[in-house]
Amino acid sequence: MKHCLIIFTFILFTFYSLKSSGQWYDDPVNHSCLKCHAFQTYSFHNDLMDKEEKRLMNPFFIQDTVALKKGVHKQFDCTDCHSYEYETYPHSANLKLEPMATCLDCHGGDETFAPYQFEKIDEEVKKSIHYQVYGENFTCSKCHSQHTYTTTARNSNDVLEIVNYSNQICLSCHNDMRKYMLISGHENPKLVEIHNWLPNQELHFQHVRCIECHTEVVDGLMVSHNIQGKDKAVRKCAECHTSDSRLKSSLYKYQNLQVRSEGGVLNTIFSNDSYIIGMQESPFLKLASIIIFIATLGGIVIHLTFRIIKKK
Amino acid sequence: MTETQKIYFYPLWLRIWHGINALCIILLIITGINLQSGSENPLIGFNTCINIHNVSGITVTLNYLLFFFGNLFTNNKSFYIVKPKGFLKRPIKQAKYYAWGMFTGMSAPYPLSEKRKFNPLQKYFYILVMYIAVPIVVVTGIGLFFPEIIIEKIYSISGVSVTAVLHSAMGFFISIFLVIHIYVSTIGKSPLDNFKSIITGWHHIEKNK
Repeated sequence: MKHCLIIFTFILFTFYSLKSSGQWYDDPVNHSCLKCHAFQTYSFHNDLMDKEEKRLMNPFFIQDTVALKKGVHKQFDCTDCHSYEYETYPHSANLKLEPMATCLDCHGGDETFAPYQFEKIDEEVKKSIHYQVYGENFTCSKCHSQHTYTTTARNSNDVLEIVNYSNQICLSCHNDMRKYMLISGHENPKLVEIHNWLPNQELHFQHVRCIECHTEVVDGLMVSHNIQGKDKAVRKCAECHTSDSRLKSSLYKYQNLQVRSEGGVLNTIFSNDSYIIGMQESPFLKLASIIIFIATLGGIVIHLTFRIIKKK
Repeated sequence: MTETQKIYFYPLWLRIWHGINALCIILLIITGINLQSGSENPLIGFNTCINIHNVSGITVTLNYLLFFFGNLFTNNKSFYIVKPKGFLKRPIKQAKYYAWGMFTGMSAPYPLSEKRKFNPLQKYFYILVMYIAVPIVVVTGIGLFFPEIIIEKIYSISGVSVTAVLHSAMGFFISIFLVIHIYVSTIGKSPLDNFKSIITGWHHIEKNK
């Protein structure tokens, strides 16, 4: 009996270890939730009419199993967060009214997650325009999907990937009329039009995160969560395109990007790590241009002095 | 005794080209310095600078066609031809004259005439500016205007950065040329005489009798 118990515990542990690396979602067809929620359609037996039915799944409730497997919460199964009662269909109407777990319910007050500063983020969110407009209903999940969220900014060395990932979060609402209206109550302004003033708009959109201009930079936080209204957005080019760049205190806070920006001898000679466009970008060329300019003016002054003396 | 001779050096098309070029390049230099200084100028806003820089840049580009085809189809091109003989000796001789000779009573080694509109040093600088620096600044300017056409990486460096550095380096070279060009223009019959010539077209040449 004792041996049986050990073997059973070992099998259970092995099974759970495998699942903990995202294997809950390996076989969506046979997963009690994903067999419906990973597909465009779902089938069920209508007990009332006593017939098989096939219906379209609400597109907002379809889960991307590939993204689920990459997400930070991949080790959890659906019912770790959602009620077990969801395993029966039709789902009880009351389930929708039950509160969902928030990020702080798991991450708050836990030393393991202290470096992520969830409490500080929560404070910042409460100052943001999102919270002002939508109140406490503006939860973390409005921007960060618990299902698919990845810590791209912390782990990627590719600025474009970080920028794209971050901007997609904003665009998922700001480029979607229905989701935007849910929060604001009015239609979303056309992003290209309202950013018409921005030189090289496409280039900026690809290389700069929205939050770079639309948040108040907080020194202690990797990403400021105090998203501000458009009246407070950065519109001065000089705030980024200077040696004291705003980007250095936000995007380039990440150590992996700092290392990247400092890498390469050629890069060091050719440019500094600021965002000044032109010769000022290179300290060497900047110094050379100053010397040439002073030498030219000096030469002219000396020549002019001789001309005045010699009356030429 | 000296005698002053008047030569019609600058035809109308050339004066129009020069006038437009002068105005636009001055605007380009002022706005260019503002744009790359990375600081907000209280007199001209960043957006205004961009607009002025873009409009002036496009004007200089179109105006360059006037210079190019004007030279191609008129006799003006002959003044830009460099003779291999004395390729370095001639401009050096002219430089020595500017630096020393003109103060010690030496006569100009290459006096201007109907057949020689520019002295060798002038000619070399004009060729460098008009056939190398301005085309580079135009091409890199077009690149910065449409950054999507720029190569993403040149070795390990961003293509946009290389284009921007090249653009402002050439712009700087043109600025230095402009300072010297304006100063040298004050060397003449009187400090303002050459400025009047480029407006009227008539150049005064002093000849010893």
